[in-house]
Amino acid sequence: MDYLKLKEFLIMTELNSLTIKQAKEGLIKREFSSFDLTEACLAQIEKVDKKINAFIKPIAPTYDDVVSAARKADKLLSSNQDLPLLGIPIAVKDNFSTMGIRTTASSKVLDDYIPPYDATVVKKLKDAGAVLIGKTNMDAWAHGSSTETSDYGSTKNPWNTKHLPGGSSGGSAAAVAADEAIAAIGSETAGSIRQPASWCGVVGLKPTYGRVSRYGVIAMASSLDSPGPITKTVEDSALLLRVLAGTDEFDATTSLPPVGDYTLPVVDNKIKNLKIGISDEYFIDGIDKEVESAVRLSIEKLEKMGAKIVKINLVKPKYATSVYTIIQRSEVSSNLARYDGVRFGKDRKLFGEEAKRRIVLGTYSLSSGYYNQYYNRAAKARSLIVNDFEKAFEKVNVILGPTSPSLPLHAGASENAAMFGEIADILVEPSSIAGLPGINIPIGFSKSMLPIGMQIIGRQFAEDLVLQVAHQYEMATANENWRKKRPNL
Amino acid sequence: MKYTPVIGLEVHVELKTKSKMFCRCSADYFGKKPNTHTCPVCLGLPGALPVPNKKAIEWCIMLGYALNCEIPPFSRFDRKNYFYPDLPKGYQISQYDQPFAVDGEVFIKQEPNSQNKEKKIDVRRVHMEEDTGKLIHEGDLTLIDFNRSGVPLVEIVTEPDFVNPFEVTEYLKSLKQIVRYLGISNADMEKGEMRLEPNISLRKEGEKRPSYKVEVKNINSFKFVERAIEFELARQREILDKGETPVQETRGFIEKTQSTVSQRIKEEASDYRYFPEPDIPPFRWTDEQRNNWKTEVKNLLEEARKNSPKEKANFYVGLGVSNASGASISASKYRTQVFEAVIKENILPKEQLGKFGNFLANKPEEKIDQNLVPNLTKQLINQFKSSTTTADIDDKELDKAIELVLRENETAVSDYKRGKENAIMFLVGQVMHNFPQKIDASKVKASLLAKIK
Repeated sequence: MDYLKLKEFLIMTELNSLTIKQAKEGLIKREFSSFDLTEACLAQIEKVDKKINAFIKPIAPTYDDVVSAARKADKLLSSNQDLPLLGIPIAVKDNFSTMGIRTTASSKVLDDYIPPYDATVVKKLKDAGAVLIGKTNMDAWAHGSSTETSDYGSTKNPWNTKHLPGGSSGGSAAAVAADEAIAAIGSETAGSIRQPASWCGVVGLKPTYGRVSRYGVIAMASSLDSPGPITKTVEDSALLLRVLAGTDEFDATTSLPPVGDYTLPVVDNKIKNLKIGISDEYFIDGIDKEVESAVRLSIEKLEKMGAKIVKINLVKPKYATSVYTIIQRSEVSSNLARYDGVRFGKDRKLFGEEAKRRIVLGTYSLSSGYYNQYYNRAAKARSLIVNDFEKAFEKVNVILGPTSPSLPLHAGASENAAMFGEIADILVEPSSIAGLPGINIPIGFSKSMLPIGMQIIGRQFAEDLVLQVAHQYEMATANENWRKKRPNL
Repeated sequence: MKYTPVIGLEVHVELKTKSKMFCRCSADYFGKKPNTHTCPVCLGLPGALPVPNKKAIEWCIMLGYALNCEIPPFSRFDRKNYFYPDLPKGYQISQYDQPFAVDGEVFIKQEPNSQNKEKKIDVRRVHMEEDTGKLIHEGDLTLIDFNRSGVPLVEIVTEPDFVNPFEVTEYLKSLKQIVRYLGISNADMEKGEMRLEPNISLRKEGEKRPSYKVEVKNINSFKFVERAIEFELARQREILDKGETPVQETRGFIEKTQSTVSQRIKEEASDYRYFPEPDIPPFRWTDEQRNNWKTEVKNLLEEARKNSPKEKANFYVGLGVSNASGASISASKYRTQVFEAVIKENILPKEQLGKFGNFLANKPEEKIDQNLVPNLTKQLINQFKSSTTTADIDDKELDKAIELVLRENETAVSDYKRGKENAIMFLVGQVMHNFPQKIDASKVKASLLAKIK
């Protein structure tokens, strides 16, 4: 079979549309090789990425490197090596340092930066046998919720390329939705995993702050950044989290609680008598009607499955937005100081509008005389939000709500909208501020065929419960018609 | 007009931990090839994170206890944001409002003619931070060596309690001694392991506090600190006498001219935009942890004081060693080691220890390995024994030699009789010259004295 024929064949077999779990089964049963699987993803990238631009070009690592990693995985597979991600092609957001592979965080300032070390997450993926298939596009420095602020062109929503994929992990979410990778890694400061997952119709998990190491992740807001998986199913999310989670000797903020086996089979009665908190404050004024009714319908489904729906009152999300904005901008202004052009990277004038705005605002809020008025007050308000959630979790096991107040917005919507991200992420900011785990799961489509997502939030380190609830919902709705839809690219 | 000097001190001490403050690179950077002790963390590469060095923090707290500080149960690191090419992250990890140690005091000796023997100097705070890289200027080029970047630094800040350079030097001597007793730094000024920054102003009579403050940087010896303070006091007095106020500024000390020059004018405190370091969780110490450190410091200081040169010298003098020899032995690690070995192992009878001590005190200093001490001690004991073994001589022969020497050296004899005591040793030497073998000098001296009287 010549190469072109092989590619056609691979696209036909749709190996690239498999989940991690399905791909693993196929690899172990020798139905196909990691090489086949990887080639299928590469073929899909070649076919569709010019339309959605989920990867930063030129795609790094090179074709030869990707293929040789797949072949290496095949060798290990043939000697019956059992690694959790052996031979699985995974895309990684471009703010994760990859040794010897260009890492730009979508900013031209780092256009020629090649890290001499791997982020802990990348090292864990490699150790687990994964094949790094490419670095995905993002908002520059992760500043945004649209992937439109990338210096390498914006990413488009695979379900409708006239719409935004969300961000900042828009490239990772789009790559998974478009079956360009079996799974992807994103990072969230407040919304950057869940919101693009919602807009692209995939599963995105933001773990508890400190559950997954930040070492090697180009810092956005250090007290909030949380790396996590973006996948096709909740099961895959659990599988990836198990690989990524854990204390890291290179990150002092990683936490001690032992890593759970998030992949354990789900006990059937998890939903029965589960107390699910719903806060009216999360169905904010101006929420998209289709989003609201889809989420309310999902709540009814959960109720039918035996869950108890409990009304709770949470602090209005808009207060979290203020707190988040000040803390995040302050930390950004300090974190970006090292890009002074003295030792590596390019001139500072290559910083985009958004980064410059954040540096100025953050510098201002930390200045003497303003520190107490802004940063200090925000830090105090932050602990109020933490307490607010703690109180809520005395009454309920998980909290549920829409992930985004809107459907994916039109391309160009973020231009000249300085607070675009903060508004798009208003419903994920409170839990981010509190460092809580949360997951987005797709629950259907709008009439215009755009994805709708729902989020489930748990108390700190309750990833296992959050994943189990999400998984059971996914299982119970597995046969709903909308799940059969594929992006038409 | 009468003025009172108001002087405070900031001292930076580099800790001698094996690794740097926030990464695992070796902290032993002095004289190493540039940029060989570096990693993503101390180079400030994107994504790298600081992980604090436990030992360094413990040492900082122990120094706090040694300076009689309070150790607050809660503490944290902060970011001090400023741009300088030797600062790779664009901020220094330091401590702002929650340092590891606060409110200490040190008692220092005062000038010999002052009323009180001791003076209390208040220590405002002791905090932990990281050192910067080093800029090397070569012609038009400026090179950066990051080997020093991230080396643990402790900053000790006093209240402006000093009124003269003597007090400052006394404080510095005692601080250096404490640091060495704790074994946390060699405080070698020439290697930059201890850096001094006095802030100096003059208070007019009736004034509560001066309206300005001058900081002097780049000082690397106690002597120069004295010079800098003397120079500044004179310079400021001259300005004040003219009815003007000295400029609030940072000045540098120039060794060549022994004077200070303006470096940077400070209108007000620089805005470092301090905020809590989000990459390092804050610290909460238990009472048990703090009590353990406190006890450890107490034991270390007691042990060190017992072993201090002064205490040792006194002990040696008690064994019959002369004052000068006692000081000479205790000042040298090598001589101390030998002498302690001789005492401990009962190598010599007690009554000979004094003589051996005096003999040892005149031996040249040597740098030796601990393992070589037993051998060297053996050699020195042999030398000592042969130097003290004397041949027996016939009394008549001695008398004859003495008479001869007395006849030939009448001047020396009369010098001695007039009170010039040294003259007797000259005569002893002359007598001993008459014998080919080594004879007992004390016996010669006794016979000589008997004859002269």
